[in-house]
Amino acid sequence: MIYWQLWWVYLKIGIFGFGGGYAMLSLIQYEVVDKHQWLSLQEFTDVVAISQMTPGPIGINSATYIGYTVTGNVWGSIIATIAVCLPSFLLVLLISYFFAKFKNNKYVAAAFTGLRPMTVGLIAAAALLLMNNENFIDYKSVLIFLGAFFLTWKYKIHPILMICLSGILGLVLYW
Amino acid sequence: MYWVLFLTFVKIGMFTIGGGYAMIPLIEREVVNRGWLNKQDFIDLFAVTQSLPGIFAVNISIFVGYKLKKITGSIICALGTILPSFFIILAIALFFNHFQDNVWVVKVFNGIRPAVVALILVPCLSAAQALKLKRMELIFPLIGAVLIWKAGISPAYIVLAGIVGGLVYTFWIKDKIKKKGI
Repeated sequence: MIYWQLWWVYLKIGIFGFGGGYAMLSLIQYEVVDKHQWLSLQEFTDVVAISQMTPGPIGINSATYIGYTVTGNVWGSIIATIAVCLPSFLLVLLISYFFAKFKNNKYVAAAFTGLRPMTVGLIAAAALLLMNNENFIDYKSVLIFLGAFFLTWKYKIHPILMICLSGILGLVLYW
Repeated sequence: MYWVLFLTFVKIGMFTIGGGYAMIPLIEREVVNRGWLNKQDFIDLFAVTQSLPGIFAVNISIFVGYKLKKITGSIICALGTILPSFFIILAIALFFNHFQDNVWVVKVFNGIRPAVVALILVPCLSAAQALKLKRMELIFPLIGAVLIWKAGISPAYIVLAGIVGGLVYTFWIKDKIKKKGI
């Protein structure tokens, strides 16, 4: 049963996950945290942090991690990872046949005039959903957030460096 | 040949940290320099792959694999991209499920979580900047974000709304504006 749910959820993420990893986050969170409650919001945030520090796309990382955590079993990881890739497979094979047509298709182009700005909203939703008192436990959290935002926005600090810095800061501030 | 394909995409999967777009120059170098695709093909491929759902790097690897060696090739390339992160994350999941409640780990992650939110907010703002959205155009993603955030609407519906909105705008509203000569 749980495997079937996992399969279905990640299939859905593979189908509706437009606009790259960050835009996918709100969809993953909606399914995994809000709807099925497989992970707490804190755990989900930890998975995102781990994904940012390890190689590979966030879609794969979250499927593998959540698949394992939910079932306590490697099969959960395998099922979720296959499910999230399967729609891509079918679509790519289909499009390979019609590649030239798809490239200049006016309907695809039209759909994207709406979808492209919407990805900004999807990423914003992912950030907003994570801004709650599970992740922001006190004023120190707010300071870390503001510092991390400023450094990344202004000085383009690499995400891995930023996560390491904030981890050290957490160790010091919550000593 | 299969082995070379597999190893190439393992390399691509291994050396890109922080997700999809970081992979592009690496994929281009590997695939174009080996003569598997010419530069124009790669640019076309990139454009099409961007408009597909799913994981960008996986989509590109399936495309390249299919182009070179049909279905077997696409499976091998996809596995190459997926397997390194699969094993690394699996190892971390095994480890982290045991150490999650460790006092030190808790402190470290208390610091990391707010930073993660900032790390998501930055690409959101730079995407809005890169798209050069006008104030009126920002209303739609804003509504979408609030519906997901506060009303608990599934992001899948917001994606569909974006698609429908784009179609309606292009084939209906745009024409009307033109006809009226505004």
